[in-house]
Amino acid sequence: MMNQNPRRQELLDRINAVSFAIDDVILYLDTHPCDREAIAYYQECSRLRNEALKEYAEKFGPLTIDYAMRDASDNWNWTETPWPWMEGGC
Amino acid sequence: MWNYEKRLQHPVRITQTNPKIAQVIISQFGGPDGELAASMRYLSQRYTMPYKEVIGTLTDIGTEELAHMEMVCAIIYQLTKDLTPEEIAASGFDKYYVDHTLALWPQAASGAPWTATYFQSKGDPITDLHEDMAAEQKARTTYENILRLVKDPEVCEPIRFLRQREINHYQRFGESLRIVQDQLDSKNFYAFNPEFDTRQIFKS
Repeated sequence: MMNQNPRRQELLDRINAVSFAIDDVILYLDTHPCDREAIAYYQECSRLRNEALKEYAEKFGPLTIDYAMRDASDNWNWTETPWPWMEGGC
Repeated sequence: MWNYEKRLQHPVRITQTNPKIAQVIISQFGGPDGELAASMRYLSQRYTMPYKEVIGTLTDIGTEELAHMEMVCAIIYQLTKDLTPEEIAASGFDKYYVDHTLALWPQAASGAPWTATYFQSKGDPITDLHEDMAAEQKARTTYENILRLVKDPEVCEPIRFLRQREINHYQRFGESLRIVQDQLDSKNFYAFNPEFDTRQIFKS
């Protein structure tokens, strides 16, 4: 169900991976705020995540509200794509 | 405030329903050591926490727990999707079904409803962080108990991810406790409660 569009799955896998890296490193940074290496890692992951979220929204619909209506939709597209728990969701 | 992200933190794709195991996993939605209680615990404790690193930890882990709650709910939803009345009766899911049909409702595996009494927000950083560390360990044990009962690899995989996060959160709360203790009287950590006794100092 998720592999109907290989490009979509590839992009989603990338978003999930880089987003998880951020989820994890921010917890580390909360208790290690002076770790420059971790800060650089966060900054790089954040850049990659924003790029991927923007590309995903332009091609397959929004995952975050900031990128709603970035594709060719005429109507409100936030509710068009499947919700995460549904078949075909993210 | 919070913004919604229209994806799960970690994918959940379950193709075989199993209402029997759904009734066990639901404890990690609305049970004593579940994700809803975890999130409400940390997000409640943070307001009076006097240390910025610990407020950050409580906020960010409390937020991640909401994402875990959504994953657990997605697992239960997919395990109980399109069940027939015969499957419901045969699996013992009938006692849940009669009150909730196939909807999600926060309860323990025993049927006990979710309650705020599952957690404490005590207003003392040492006390609260010990509770938080214990909560992560209790959730880890619960996920391990679930894994002993689940055979379906599509269910095991996201449960293993959630179990691993408990260990990571435990580590961060441990570091938070260390940060708190570093600011206290090293000869007596209990000399004063920094969430209450030092209010005049913080004001000035």
